[in-house]
Amino acid sequence: MVLVLAIGDLHIPHRAPDLPPKFKSMLVPGKIQHIICTGNLCIKEVHDYFKTLCPDLHITRGEYDEDSRYPENKTLTIGQFKLGICHGHQVIPWGDLDSLAMVQRQLDVDILVTGHTHQFKAYKHEGGVVINPGSATGAYSSFTYDVNPSFVLMDIDGLRVVVYVYELIDGEVKVDKIDFKKTATASAH
Amino acid sequence: MIADGVEDEEKWLAAGIAGLQQNAFYMHRALDSNNLRDALKYSAQMLSELRTSRLSPHKYYELYMRAFDELRKLEMFFKEETRRGCSIVDLYELVQHAGNILPRLYLLCTVGSVYIKSKEAPAKDVLKDLVEMCRGIQHPVRGLFLRSYLAQVSRDKLPDIGSEYEGDADTVVDAVEFVLQNFTEMNKLWVRMQHQGPAREKEKREKERSELRDLVGKNLHVLSQIEGIDLDMYKETVLPRVLEQVVNCKDEIAQYYLMDCIIQVFPDEYHLQTLDVLLGAFPQLQPTVDIKTVLSRLMERLSNYAASSADVLPEFLQVEAFSKLNNAIGKVIEAQPDMPILGVITLYSSLLTFTLHVHPDRLDYADQVLGACVKKLCGKEKLEDKKATKQIVALLSAPLDKYNDIVTALKLSNYPRVMEYLDSETNKVMATVIIQSIMKNKTRISTADRVEALFELIKGLIKDLDDAFHDEVDEDDFKEEQNSVARLIQLLHSDDPEEMFKIICTVRKHILGGGPKRLPFTVPPLVFSSLKLVRQLQGQEENPFGEEESTTPKKIFQVLNQTVETLSNIPAPELALQLFLQCAEAANDCDLEPVAYEFFTQAYILYEEEISDSRAQVTAIHLIIGTLQRMHVFGVENRDTLTHKATGYSAKLLKKPDQCRAVYACSHLFWVDDQDNVKDGERVLLCLKRALRIANAAQQMSNAARGSAGSVTLFVEILNKYLYFFEKGNPQITVAAIQSLIELITTEMHSDSSTPDPAADAFFASTLRYMEFQKQKGGAMGEKYEPIKV
Repeated sequence: MVLVLAIGDLHIPHRAPDLPPKFKSMLVPGKIQHIICTGNLCIKEVHDYFKTLCPDLHITRGEYDEDSRYPENKTLTIGQFKLGICHGHQVIPWGDLDSLAMVQRQLDVDILVTGHTHQFKAYKHEGGVVINPGSATGAYSSFTYDVNPSFVLMDIDGLRVVVYVYELIDGEVKVDKIDFKKTATASAH
Repeated sequence: MIADGVEDEEKWLAAGIAGLQQNAFYMHRALDSNNLRDALKYSAQMLSELRTSRLSPHKYYELYMRAFDELRKLEMFFKEETRRGCSIVDLYELVQHAGNILPRLYLLCTVGSVYIKSKEAPAKDVLKDLVEMCRGIQHPVRGLFLRSYLAQVSRDKLPDIGSEYEGDADTVVDAVEFVLQNFTEMNKLWVRMQHQGPAREKEKREKERSELRDLVGKNLHVLSQIEGIDLDMYKETVLPRVLEQVVNCKDEIAQYYLMDCIIQVFPDEYHLQTLDVLLGAFPQLQPTVDIKTVLSRLMERLSNYAASSADVLPEFLQVEAFSKLNNAIGKVIEAQPDMPILGVITLYSSLLTFTLHVHPDRLDYADQVLGACVKKLCGKEKLEDKKATKQIVALLSAPLDKYNDIVTALKLSNYPRVMEYLDSETNKVMATVIIQSIMKNKTRISTADRVEALFELIKGLIKDLDDAFHDEVDEDDFKEEQNSVARLIQLLHSDDPEEMFKIICTVRKHILGGGPKRLPFTVPPLVFSSLKLVRQLQGQEENPFGEEESTTPKKIFQVLNQTVETLSNIPAPELALQLFLQCAEAANDCDLEPVAYEFFTQAYILYEEEISDSRAQVTAIHLIIGTLQRMHVFGVENRDTLTHKATGYSAKLLKKPDQCRAVYACSHLFWVDDQDNVKDGERVLLCLKRALRIANAAQQMSNAARGSAGSVTLFVEILNKYLYFFEKGNPQITVAAIQSLIELITTEMHSDSSTPDPAADAFFASTLRYMEFQKQKGGAMGEKYEPIKV
């Protein structure tokens, strides 16, 4: 069992002063094995904060990121799953599933983690999964008027991944669970 | 005689101890055989060793402790002796036959202790006799230790209230009198110590003297333990007598130590009720006494006392503690003109803490303290003294910590005036403290006036103060500071749109003076604050009452335009472009076509004139296309102009692959799912064909430059785009076109000149798999895919 934190679009300090305290108290060092961050942190302080949670940190570049050395996209393998990360501002139309599916084919990954729209999404399609963890700070977005802060924890175990979505709604943390199994056909390639 | 070396002193001490032990040995023998005469003889000889003048107080103490232990045994013997029928009065007479005065007095105190216990005479008479007799020793060290012995043996035999030695009437007065007298005499001896010996060793002597202070202080401790001393007696007798001695001794070390001692040993409520008397002593102390420390400790104690229970607060009000302390501080500062500024600030800082604890509702008191501080600071240069500035930070932080609320501090008119005296470095530190306090407490600053006052306070972070340019500013520190300002800007919020607009304008006014280094930090949060306000106003009737003044999205957009423009001049063109595009989308949501068009124009101008880095261009073009794709406000003409430009920029990117990707991305500008008027299949196809030509060109260039064809990735990407529009029902995308593209890719992949690229192979394979998947899905989509041969 491996816990992967997927998080992004914090936009600190342009659009939000900090992570919600409730999230901060949930995210403690030593519990998470990998962090996947889609980008737009935007400053080093946030990067350093992630490092304290977990040293294995994978970040791609958002358009507001101060650190321009982050790659445009990145892939990594965790257990039986191949994961891809891409912020998503490069994929037009923004947030469009069909276009993201192309990126997923291009990176040849089982799970694509993407951001940019500040809306939590998790789709399953032709054997793959596209996850957008939303904005961890609930930052202003031109896509939607009410952004709830959210992030995603993935529990990867063998051929199964359980996606937990943590969403802060009216000051309360709501958790949702989505189950994905890697199908035999998908794992055959 | 003065010891000229440590070694000599060790020798003398050893000799003293040897003499003492030898006589103690004979004394024990006499005690064992109940030989009183010999016991007295040898004990007197033993005590003679304490007559030495050669030892430093430290070594003398060692010798004294050994004698002390022996005297305990002797005392036991005396006690048994009286039980055996020996008259204590006789014994008291008998010991006075000892030849030397010092041994005689030690023995007398020892018997005196037994005498009091026997109750054959009133305790007060014996004590009085003893304390008078001890006057016989005027040598400071010897006298101090003798009296210390007296204090030690008598402390459990004072005629206190409730004590078994309490006499018939009012004897607690006698107890107090005895201790006070012993205290007074000891203090005199102690102060006199400094004059013993040559002037050149004064420093060493003062150090030694300091070590003996607890002998004197113990008397105050004994006093504080006397049950019978009630507030009245403390007020009428004890405190005035002690203070009289403290003031009159005119000795710096003694005054500092004893004042502190008084404050520490007596109860807080007594201090509170005798503030006048106690504080009255301070200005009379020697000008070199470190009054600030003592007085600060007093205020600290009183603050803690006030915090201990709400019940005691009325007492503070009743005695007007604040004004008394305030006056006393004023007088002390006047009496000590040489007091360093650090001392002054420390005093006011303690007073402020005091008043915040005791009178949290009296903001005027706090302001008064700050005002007094300003008065002392004025006429002085900005503070250079590190400790003093640190103290000012503590002073200014106190109200923040107390109220957890900068809004309260903003009401203190003298607050910013104190900040004026900080050097720019400390000013920044303080500004950061203020911001942190706001962040920690999530303080809402919700009026423009308060925002104005706040920015006045933190201006050290907002702009370069006169000399700040000369300092080397650490890059990381600077970033951290400016990021904290950025965070702050988001907490400035009012639900009332008019007020919020005023807040935005106030913030804008302040940050625009921040210079090119700060604007990239401060402008973005202000822009997003403004965009949030736009959303709040959106959907509301414009000027419902026809008021010219009211805030409208249009008005905010004007301000935004000018604000973002400042970034393009710095230059920070990439950030400015991103913000212009955000504004354009917001204007789109408000149905303000001309405004949105203006923002796009601004973004385009920046793209053309300022953004030259190829990587930055790629990001910028994606943002332009991505934003434009989402715009629905534009009429055909404006839309055409903007899309035409965007496609043009795309085709002019430096690297062919970037060109190719941007161009196929542009295809989405002509086909938008949820906009029926934007479905131009032909131009989509034109874009994709153009992208194909660029991909071909990229292949050829690679062939020419490296002798091998580049990757087929671009072709596969374009194939995916074909499939995308094919699925969307674009009639221009035909099965034949897709089929030939697949063939093209297959050929390229198998040509001799191609470089193996596993990533591209996998991409192609997964695309083919996807097509297979779609075929097998059945239904309309399956049918559509059916003719394509994979």
